[in-house]
Order: sequence, then C-alpha cells, then structure tokens
Amino acid sequence: MQLLASFVCGLVFGAGLLISGMTDPQKVLGFLDLFGAWDATLAFVMAGAVAVAATGFAIARQRAAPAFSVRFLWPERHDIDAPLVAGAVLFGIGWGLVGICPGPALVNLAGLSLPIVVFVAAMIAGMFGHEFRRRRATAPPRSIANTPLPSRADG
Amino acid sequence: MHNFTPISGFAGGALIGLAAALLMLLTGRIAGVTGINGGLLQADTTDRSWRLAFIAGLIAAPLIAALCGAPLPQPVMNAPLVVIAIAGLLVGFGTRMGNGCTSGHGVCGFARLSGRSIAATCIFMLTATVTVAILRHGLGG
Repeated sequence: MQLLASFVCGLVFGAGLLISGMTDPQKVLGFLDLFGAWDATLAFVMAGAVAVAATGFAIARQRAAPAFSVRFLWPERHDIDAPLVAGAVLFGIGWGLVGICPGPALVNLAGLSLPIVVFVAAMIAGMFGHEFRRRRATAPPRSIANTPLPSRADG
Repeated sequence: MHNFTPISGFAGGALIGLAAALLMLLTGRIAGVTGINGGLLQADTTDRSWRLAFIAGLIAAPLIAALCGAPLPQPVMNAPLVVIAIAGLLVGFGTRMGNGCTSGHGVCGFARLSGRSIAATCIFMLTATVTVAILRHGLGG
C-alpha cells in the first residue's frame, strides 16, 4: 500500500505541476524576472499548494500514525547553518539560469527533449557530486572532528 | 502580465499541496523531490522502493495526460546546452547541500512554518531573481 500511495502522490504532484504551468521554464522565468513582463502565476501556485498542504499537515498532527506506516517522519532540524545557505544560493543560481527545478525536471523528462535529458543528467551528477563530498567529509579514516551526517529530513 | 494564469496556477498548486498532504497522511513522509530523488543515490539507503514509486508517478503524469490527448512536455529552453548542463549541476549539488528545493523547503517547509525552510526558500528565490535580472537586463540588456 505504501508503494501505491507513493505512486499516486507522485502522479497527483506531477499533474499539479503540469496544470499550474510550472513545468514550463519560461513561465517560471517570467516570475523570477521582476524587471520584465512579470508573471505572478508562481505566487498563486505556492499559495494554493501551501494552503492545502498546511491543512493536511494539521490533520496529520492530530493523528497518532500515518495510514500505511508506523510513524510520521517530520523533519527535525531547525538550525539555519552554512550548508543550508550555500546550498540555497547555488540552487537559486542554477534555477535562475534555466527556470527548471527538480520536480518539473522529472515531469518534463517524459518528453525526452534533449535539453531536459541534459539537465536531468547534470542534476543527478550534481547530486552524486554532493554525495561523494559528504562521504569524503564524514568518513575519513582518522577524523578528529566527528562531524555528524547531515540530516536529509527537509526534503 | 500577458501570460498570467492565476486560476490554473492556484488549482495546480492545490493539487501539489494535496499530494504533499496525502504523502504525509498515508506514508508519513515529506514530499520533497530533492530528498526523495537524492535518497536513491545514497549507498546506505534502505528504502528505495517508495522513492522510485513517487518518481514513477511524477513521470507517469504527462504520459497519462498524453493518452488523453495532451502533447508530451517539450519545454522551450533557449540557453545553450553547456549552460543547461551547468544549471543542472548547480541545481543537483545545491539542493542536496541545502537539503531541499521548491517542494521540500518551498511548499512543505512553508506549510510547516519551518524557519529553516522559509530561510532557504527566501535565499534561493532571491538568488534566482538576481540571476535572471543579470542575464536578462544586466548583460547587454
């Protein structure tokens, strides 16, 4: 049931991205371009998404456990640390360059157009690059500072 | 604002929020595309199957729409391929380093009123806006 639920959630998420227009990088760039012909649509997408998600999360907080799993895995971190800031800066630059972020990249992959295939391949390489760096930083043979593994809880 | 589509935007956004709410209510997980995707690439991940199922759902959405007559997504991307590749690297590395993207930090983080996620979202929105401003209006604009 967990698998089916995850698939359906991915499907609904993808449908939402398609209907909202957020799979079109030109529409996203139109929002990010404050000094051009500004397209405010993305703000309405965020408003709709946050309103419904917040309602669902409020219902979840009232429950003891999710329907098909033993417990809720709420993100536990609250600190604003350097990797969070630096990561957000790098992501913002990449997002601003072409107007594609990870969700729409995967939805667009279904069309198999060359730019999207290149983007997704590079995105996965970038994720691997970070994983490689994390492993080197956290698992040296004789480490003095015992850095904890970074949480992957936020999403 | 010739391309402004607030109604379909809000409706599509509501579906995105519904998916995030359902994933939490049914499986107890946060619908963050970066975390779901990135977890697949880690050697020590033990829960690959639900991640693959979610991503299969994302990719299936336009395929099912195509069965109903909609065209497959062929997004217009004017940047040279090398710029697209650099952007992909930055998005992949940056989202993993910052533990999230527009879905995990943007949608779910705001919905949880997480200060950490709200900070991340403000930062990537700001740097993306500055990047577009420089590209479209700063260099030879």
